[in-house]
Amino acid sequence: MQQLVMTLIDGINLGSVYALVALGYTMVYGIAKMLNFAHGDIIMVGAYTIVVFISRLAISVPLAMFLCVAFCAGLGFVVEKLAYKPLRHATPLSVLITAIGVSYLLQNLALLFFGTNRQFIVKFINVGSFDLFGVSVSGISVIIWVTTIVIMLGLYIFIKKTLLGRAMLAVSEDKGTAQLMGINVNRTISITFIIGSALAGIASILYSAKYLNVDPYTGSLFGIKAFAAAVFGGIGSIPGAMIGGLMIGLIEALTASYLPFNLNAASDGFAFVILIIMLVLKPTGLLGKNYTEKV
Amino acid sequence: MKMAKRLLALTFALLFLAVGFAGCKKNDTADQLVIGGTGPLTGEASTYGTSVKRGAQIAIDEINEAGGINGIKLKFIFEDDEADGTKAKAAFEKLMDNGMQIFMGTVTSGAGVALNDAIKNEGLLHVTPSASQIEAIISPNSFRICFNDVDQGKAMAEYIYEKLGFTKAAILYNQDDSYSSGLYEAFKARWNELGGTISADTSFPKSATDFNAQLTKIAGSDAEFLFMPIYAEKAAQIVIAANSKNINLPVIGCDGLDGILNYLQGDNAKLVEGLIYYTPFIASDPSENVKTFVAKYKDKYNIEPDQFAADAYDAIYVIKAAIEKAGLTVEDTKLTAKALGEKLVPVMTQIEVDGLTGKMTFSESGEPTKSAKVAEIKDGKYVAKE
Repeated sequence: MQQLVMTLIDGINLGSVYALVALGYTMVYGIAKMLNFAHGDIIMVGAYTIVVFISRLAISVPLAMFLCVAFCAGLGFVVEKLAYKPLRHATPLSVLITAIGVSYLLQNLALLFFGTNRQFIVKFINVGSFDLFGVSVSGISVIIWVTTIVIMLGLYIFIKKTLLGRAMLAVSEDKGTAQLMGINVNRTISITFIIGSALAGIASILYSAKYLNVDPYTGSLFGIKAFAAAVFGGIGSIPGAMIGGLMIGLIEALTASYLPFNLNAASDGFAFVILIIMLVLKPTGLLGKNYTEKV
Repeated sequence: MKMAKRLLALTFALLFLAVGFAGCKKNDTADQLVIGGTGPLTGEASTYGTSVKRGAQIAIDEINEAGGINGIKLKFIFEDDEADGTKAKAAFEKLMDNGMQIFMGTVTSGAGVALNDAIKNEGLLHVTPSASQIEAIISPNSFRICFNDVDQGKAMAEYIYEKLGFTKAAILYNQDDSYSSGLYEAFKARWNELGGTISADTSFPKSATDFNAQLTKIAGSDAEFLFMPIYAEKAAQIVIAANSKNINLPVIGCDGLDGILNYLQGDNAKLVEGLIYYTPFIASDPSENVKTFVAKYKDKYNIEPDQFAADAYDAIYVIKAAIEKAGLTVEDTKLTAKALGEKLVPVMTQIEVDGLTGKMTFSESGEPTKSAKVAEIKDGKYVAKE
């Protein structure tokens, strides 16, 4: 019983990190209709800024966190301006390839500046742990759960209630008409990217606090899993990203713990098998059909 | 047409330049023996490669400053192999092209196994400082300074069962790594023979970044300690994850855990307090030769040497002893790698070297005979365990 509770908590922990990343994916896809494959790598860059600010320069933790988010948002702005904006009217395939290119560029820049060595980070968020059904849960995990839920609700309200959010919604439905209604489509898409990248910045802080290490490929691995989570939940749907992330995390934890020995290495693959079955049965993903919930 | 002529001229010019440089290379190896080495200078095993390169360099400098061996100076060239078999092959070829006559590598087992055929074909003397897998020295011209995995795994099982008195083990190893799975098999076989039980038998794939599933299994078991026959970088990630799950089992490993403090600084270093590992060398050893080496190493590289540095230092002195025993002269530096190998390999079993990692002799099969130590991390330092 205790084992099961522990495994479920592992799954939720892992799943909330995926969900946090998937939120960024799904928001950008929902509005700009493009898959930003560099999203995971922005998280990796964010984690390296934590390494630099906290482990190397030892500046105060709140300031370092703020700088990390600001840096990621700025990076999102630059990437969008240089790589995606010129392709606004290009075919989706060109944009996709560009995004993959940006992803590799960021990885290689990290390799160039930091080398292939994994960088370890000094523990910078000190919270205790507490008991849940007789299982010890670390404080960081709880912070991740809460942040993910807050961000999901925040995004949801932002898009539904604010002027800018509704402009985004309009752009996602019909760019041409939105423009006719006086919405600056280009600027709206740019802002979407900046928000998405700031989310990546927050995800990178939480990732660093949980795992305390980063290497140049950290982002791509998490990015792919989070992308699968976004697709699982129905890409474009904000609650879908949350549910998808949790599902992938839980499947991974459960298969890793309960598959017979030596098969547990295949738990990564298992999550994708379930994703494929899911897509065969429901091609739009779990919440994909619910158009009213689409951002 | 004019363009074509210019191109032709340029090609020739470059060709001459290349030939010129090639000529230079030959000249500066006169009266020198070229010792080549490969090891990971980048990637997850990079601390080992870096240590080996540094330790060997100190030995080479010492020997050359003292006037060489019978007048023979040593030249040391080192290539990065990222602990990868394919890259090690390319690095080995490059070293051969650059005139390598004796091979002091590889640092890791996987890379070493990949080179077996090449080493056998070239017939040169091969001394690996730290490739511990049995198969890493199957070529008859290969020798090693470190213990092999089977002996290490057995010794650790005996130490834990008899000296520490534990009987219930949790194991976590890297299933994609031959070093780790070799130790795992050897440990498990001896552990079961002794009568110990395994409460949690877990592993992870090479690409793993999250270890919570394995740790959950371990936390739910009645194990008394966690045996991790893996490399330090992954171990550092795992102890961080274990700490966040409040798992406080004693962590025990093999020589791969040496250097783990390089990854864990500040508060993180506390996570490995009390960690125990098997090693032939501890920097805090009070003996005179170790003291001198540690001082020199610290002075030059500003960091404490680990066993890999010591293994490499000893490897160079083992090669020196073989050169002396075979009675090589300056004339012999012109010999090919193979011809030198024919002179040096047979004397390897006749030498005895009192090195940093203990007094050692070598068997026909290339294995060293020497005694081992168990080290412990205390107050953020590696110290000998009673």
